[in-house]
Amino acid sequence: MAAISFTINGKAASVEAEPESALLWAVREQLKLTGTKFGCGSGLCGACTVHIDGQPVRSCQTAMSKVAGRKVTTIEGLSDTGQHPLQKAWVAEQVPQCGYCQSGQIMQAAALLATTKQPTREQIVEHMDGNICRCGTYPRIVRAIERAAKEA
Amino acid sequence: MNMIDKKLHTKRGVSRRQMLAGSAGLTFAFAFMPAMDGIEALAQGAAGKLNAYVTIGRDGAITIMTPAPEMGQGVNTVLPLIIAEELDADWSKVKVEQAPVNAAYNHPVFRAQYQVASLTTRGYWMPLRTAGAQARRVLLDAAATKWNVPVEELTTEPSTVVHAASNRKMSYGEIASFAVVSDKLPEIKPEQLKPAAQFRLLGKDVPRIDIADKSRGDQKYASDVQVPGMLYGTIVRAPARGSGPVSFNRDEIKMQPGVVDAVAFDHAIGIVAQTVPQLFEARHKVKATWKDVKGSKIDSDRDMKEFLAVVRDTSKKGVVVRKTGEAEPALAGAAKVISGEFTSPYVYHAQMEPMSCTASVTADGVEVWAGTQWPTKSVEEAAKAAGTTPDKVKFHTLQMGGGYGRRAFVEYVTDAVLLSKAVGKPVKMIQSREDDIRVGRFRPMSAQKVDVGLDADGKVVAWRHRLAAEPVAPYVYSQARLDADKGVDLIVIYGADMPFYDVPAHVTEHLYEDRGARVAAYRGIGAGYTNLANEAMIDEIALASGKDPFEFRLALLKDPRAKNIITRVAEMADWKRKRTDGRALGMAFSKLGLPPVGFSMIGTVAEISADRVTGKIKVHNMWSVADVGLPLQPNNVAAQIEGAMIYGLGGALKENISIKDGAVEQSNFHDYEVMRMSDVPQIQVEVVRSGDIPLPVGELGIGVAAPAVANAFLALTGKRLRDLPFSPERVQATLKA
Repeated sequence: MAAISFTINGKAASVEAEPESALLWAVREQLKLTGTKFGCGSGLCGACTVHIDGQPVRSCQTAMSKVAGRKVTTIEGLSDTGQHPLQKAWVAEQVPQCGYCQSGQIMQAAALLATTKQPTREQIVEHMDGNICRCGTYPRIVRAIERAAKEA
Repeated sequence: MNMIDKKLHTKRGVSRRQMLAGSAGLTFAFAFMPAMDGIEALAQGAAGKLNAYVTIGRDGAITIMTPAPEMGQGVNTVLPLIIAEELDADWSKVKVEQAPVNAAYNHPVFRAQYQVASLTTRGYWMPLRTAGAQARRVLLDAAATKWNVPVEELTTEPSTVVHAASNRKMSYGEIASFAVVSDKLPEIKPEQLKPAAQFRLLGKDVPRIDIADKSRGDQKYASDVQVPGMLYGTIVRAPARGSGPVSFNRDEIKMQPGVVDAVAFDHAIGIVAQTVPQLFEARHKVKATWKDVKGSKIDSDRDMKEFLAVVRDTSKKGVVVRKTGEAEPALAGAAKVISGEFTSPYVYHAQMEPMSCTASVTADGVEVWAGTQWPTKSVEEAAKAAGTTPDKVKFHTLQMGGGYGRRAFVEYVTDAVLLSKAVGKPVKMIQSREDDIRVGRFRPMSAQKVDVGLDADGKVVAWRHRLAAEPVAPYVYSQARLDADKGVDLIVIYGADMPFYDVPAHVTEHLYEDRGARVAAYRGIGAGYTNLANEAMIDEIALASGKDPFEFRLALLKDPRAKNIITRVAEMADWKRKRTDGRALGMAFSKLGLPPVGFSMIGTVAEISADRVTGKIKVHNMWSVADVGLPLQPNNVAAQIEGAMIYGLGGALKENISIKDGAVEQSNFHDYEVMRMSDVPQIQVEVVRSGDIPLPVGELGIGVAAPAVANAFLALTGKRLRDLPFSPERVQATLKA
């Protein structure tokens, strides 16, 4: 175990963790930010997506040793008010069903809109294809991203 | 499904309303607690009054208990909405609370808090309307007494009682400050309920109450639970059902960093550790030998060949599930017989939240946090595992990260309780995705053979449907239950009947192939494969007589609702416009329900193309028209249909569990592929209303996906896909055949 310091949602944090252990578990179980979900543990479903220095990463595949000194953003830190354009669009399009994958979907989508203000549908699909939604909310996710891009 | 079938079928002669409103023994509870705010009233009320659906505070705040668990289908919005509609509540003043596990909140059909068969809204419909109307009536009576006017002169506006003659109004909060409720609640007759035409909330697409939380990461699931002093545990089950450990490397596991204990239970090995990474590290190091059981020999490839041999051999008789007329002699006398065989593999629920449950066993009892489709059973099982009684179980019903039938099994509750008991501390049980698949509880593998007899004019005179598959009911419920149902296992065979087609002689047979597989109810149950057989055969009969599949269906369907939806979906898809750009259309019809409940129906058209080199099918468009009776939340109904169509497409195109030497061969989403965004077609869903009863919705979209794609493929290539999933390898082989 080692103390690893980094920034989470704009605040300094330090957690005791094995350097090779996954960021996901430090975020969920130590920092108690449970919006980030465990889905597959293998980087195959996207439920654990967070941003590190603005880039979307799978926190289940990110070793704590790689996080030291960096800026981590989770769904809880995407917007102070929960009113990120994507979150508003998610409500407007009534996207979630069970909701379990949606934090990861929104974090993945937020990274797209940060670099591509007006993505085409093809760009959206390509960018989002690593995020699984078993309830099948994909058509509404696409519509919500398009809405957020338009209204942002 | 079995349970409902039995309950409803043994009550023939009892009207639908009586049954669903539960006059035959349903103890739906309602208590109205005036003159105290909600919490105070609950604290001071008698034990029975804890089972209230509605509480109104003096400030006008209305608390509505929602009796059913939420797995994504939106029931925790629509059930309280039903009460609010009849209560004439101001929805903005309503707070929804998850009801505790208590018989007062039982589903009227299942007599338990139990969520299966898309019957949650359908079942609670009358009890909740009645509860809302009773609450309103209590308020009206109190206001009438206060104003000294006849109650008949009073009306309500949202959260307000109105006496138009004297131009007086009183808010529900004001009335709550003086109203007195007698022990006997006012009787509400069905004709006193609000006519659908006057609904202010139902049918108006009120936003779901859970969407904002789910868009902010604020929704709490069982795996999010944090309890002080909590440890982490996992369960390693034997590969085969009913097996357990003979031995395992316990000493080695106990030496792993952070491991608190490793325990052999009868059915599995349990590990408890300080952190999740330590837990999963230790789990990977488990080496065990397992008891040899029937399921240890399963080989799905070999078994499928045997299943096919069984359905072909008509000397082998199965359980007759449905019978209309005399199909066997009609088939023997038919001028022409068209036959088709279909196979479907084991498939996995793939709910996004792997099994998880937190339990804390203490000297006083046990506290449990779980997402489950069967809260009542969860409490019973938790008590059993903890060695206590159900009244000593404090149970928290949490949002499920997907259900689809998987969480109607509650073995994960038992597991968490056993782990907590073993270490004497609270334990959060988490299953890895690999274990979730390895010991998944699958939709049964099946082989089907359908023989359709036609007379000299090409008219259908006989239909025989034989299906070989593992029975599910003995495993989900009990052998006694299956025996009581005369061996009819609706979970397996559902959808094989054809009540809406004009087929004069029809028989469905289930040939049990008990191989010891872990099987379960699965979204859509049997319809995911039986409706492929039905709807594929309909197209084959149509084409054999040179008829258009839509026109043929329209002629063969006898039900006006069914005719309406396929006519409408043909319009939406522009069916008559022949596609020329390497695409083709396929149609399918499906239904969901049972005779006493009523049937919802769906008609679907898929537009596909196929890459003849890679064998990949691309679904470009899907149009569906769904008749769900009275759609209470039309946009949410459409969302459920969209989701179910996509779930069904996964089964049609990709999903496959294979078992070799009793062990599942898939381990994660790289080798158990589900639908991703790039696989999803453009989808248009139209929701049609008929009548004033909300019919089943959640699973309706499952049955149409595979046959619509297969029929489009037939139209495109002249070749029939018969074996699920329609993978690129299968498509290539079919094109070469």
